[in-house]
Amino acid sequence: MTSAQFAIQARDLSRSFGSLRAVDGVDLQIQTGTIYGFLGPNGSGKSTTIRMLCGLLTPSGGEARVLGLDVSRRRDAEKLKTLIGYMTQRFSLYEDLTVRENLQFVSEVYAVRGRKRHARVLELLELFDLTAQVRQRAGTLSGGQKQRLALAASILHHPKLLFLDEPTSAVDPQSRRDFWDVLFTMAESGTTILVSTHYMDEAERCHRLAILHKGRKVADGSPLELAQRMSHWVVQVTGNESNRARLALASAAQIASITQLGLRLRVLVPREIRNPDQLVRDLLQQNEISATVEVVNPSLEDVFVAATEHQSMVTSE
Amino acid sequence: MNSLLRIFAIMHKEVLQLIRDRLTFGMIVGIPLIQLTLFGYAINTDVRHLAAGFADQAGTSLSRQLIADMASSQVVDFAYQADTAEELMLLMDSGKISIGLYLPPDFDRRVIARDRPAAQLLVDGSDPVILGVGRQLVSIPVRFDSQNSATVATNLIEVRNFYNPERRSAVNIVPGLVGVILTMTMVLFTAVAIVREKERGNLELLINTPVRTTELMLGKIVPYVVIGLLQVLIILSLGRYLFQVPLRGQLLDVLYASLIFIATNLSLGLLISTTAKTQFQAMQMTFFFFLPSILLSGFMFPFDGMPPAAQAIAEVLPLTHFNRLIRGIILRGADIGSMNAEVLALLAFMGVTLTLAIARFSKRLD
Repeated sequence: MTSAQFAIQARDLSRSFGSLRAVDGVDLQIQTGTIYGFLGPNGSGKSTTIRMLCGLLTPSGGEARVLGLDVSRRRDAEKLKTLIGYMTQRFSLYEDLTVRENLQFVSEVYAVRGRKRHARVLELLELFDLTAQVRQRAGTLSGGQKQRLALAASILHHPKLLFLDEPTSAVDPQSRRDFWDVLFTMAESGTTILVSTHYMDEAERCHRLAILHKGRKVADGSPLELAQRMSHWVVQVTGNESNRARLALASAAQIASITQLGLRLRVLVPREIRNPDQLVRDLLQQNEISATVEVVNPSLEDVFVAATEHQSMVTSE
Repeated sequence: MNSLLRIFAIMHKEVLQLIRDRLTFGMIVGIPLIQLTLFGYAINTDVRHLAAGFADQAGTSLSRQLIADMASSQVVDFAYQADTAEELMLLMDSGKISIGLYLPPDFDRRVIARDRPAAQLLVDGSDPVILGVGRQLVSIPVRFDSQNSATVATNLIEVRNFYNPERRSAVNIVPGLVGVILTMTMVLFTAVAIVREKERGNLELLINTPVRTTELMLGKIVPYVVIGLLQVLIILSLGRYLFQVPLRGQLLDVLYASLIFIATNLSLGLLISTTAKTQFQAMQMTFFFFLPSILLSGFMFPFDGMPPAAQAIAEVLPLTHFNRLIRGIILRGADIGSMNAEVLALLAFMGVTLTLAIARFSKRLD
């Protein structure tokens, strides 16, 4: 089943901690050179899956081949460590060492040799705009700088596959945009990137993504495919009485979910219903609420809400 | 080759962190300094200048001679003079004196007749050390006349004091302190050094790199071995200049014994670090081990005086064996080759703990 086409192939991958099934039968096929996202709330099994794919956790069931290596086998897992990069959720470099010392340490640990090592460190400092901070202790860096340093450290040894576990939490939007520019450049040069996130805008940038919920994969595909395949209409209600409108709609059996965004309500109605906008309008009229009602294109957030609140509503491929 | 580079990388990083961590760096020098002065000056089993009083109802030259002899021993300071035995007892009740000498009016006659005790020494026996001092004082001979060398009451057994003729506690305590300080600092430093990486999340990065378990452990241990040897030298030179503790054996033997002992403690520290989840837990476990070490190893109480069960526990503690080694080398000038059993015991302890530590440390999180 090894093939250069797929960087990661997993079948029925599971992991339990005591009685808790943190990851439950996840199948994955991740193409080489793509950016693949894990979208899910906290505790959905994103980190556990990544740790299994890195060879840090032994799967309790199923199997996974990463770059053709079997992560359950200790020997393969050790071999894998030189081929992958892993940026942990929490900043895991040494806060009492300077930026340069940290990169120096990581390069020595990966046994990057002599002159090459020095050149590589300089190159990364340049690429991640950290040249001014070389002598600064890592603990005193800003959130964005820390994140760039962590990414620099994780790609120092030119990994073929990069795991990023919630890389942009605690980072401002501008830094996040710059960060993604670097990721796209890396993907273009053939690096496969697996990134976990709970931000919609970040998930939207991935080539493909999987939505994880309570340890299960509830949907996967490109962001566009996921929206098209959605088994619900999205009806948008705009008006001045959003609160009352929400209460009026909540009691109706045909309404699957309501999300309020300021003055707008995004109402999910199953596809089986012919005229979803008419249904909503009728419900509002019964309660004497006036509002603009229209059927709109689903956003990724709608897909996510449908997938995590009502697992049965989104069909996997 | 890569393996050496990785060990070097970890050592280099560890040294950088050590230099920056002022607290740890201060402990390296501070702990030996503080402990040495505290123990060296405070723990003193040879008591001097005990507050004392006397009631001399005889008032003869012989009675004055006895009082003068006792005072000249410097063990007691006759700060109080009483008229009766009752007054002496009052002084003792109020805590003003811990030793009282009562000489009855017929003191001279009793000394000659030797049918009854001639004098009475009142001792505050609540402190066994003072009681011991009282027993010593009783053996002071009473002469009728200083020109006449014939003594009335002589001791049957003469006490000869080897190795420490001046009966200074520091001579015994300073070599013992080498082991105590090394146990405390070495176990704690290594235990904390790895647990800290766990706590701060650095370990998640390390186990994701090609670093092997043995490389990580070696890289962590080596800087502390050097620190341990540095501490030994600090303690010995301070012991020499502050307390005139002699070094009768070879310095090389001392360093060799210390090296083995340091490595033993470091491997125990590593074992603790594989079990402890927080730095606080690591500290607790260290002290759990440290207390029996300090109490049972022969540092505080003579090994032979302990009950068999305590002796059995003491035999398992590395400090017991190191105390025998270091006291032998420093105080008796023994050759380390003559104490192979102790060296082997230390090596065995190290072998077991290090194997357990490497087996327990997993590069996996499960």
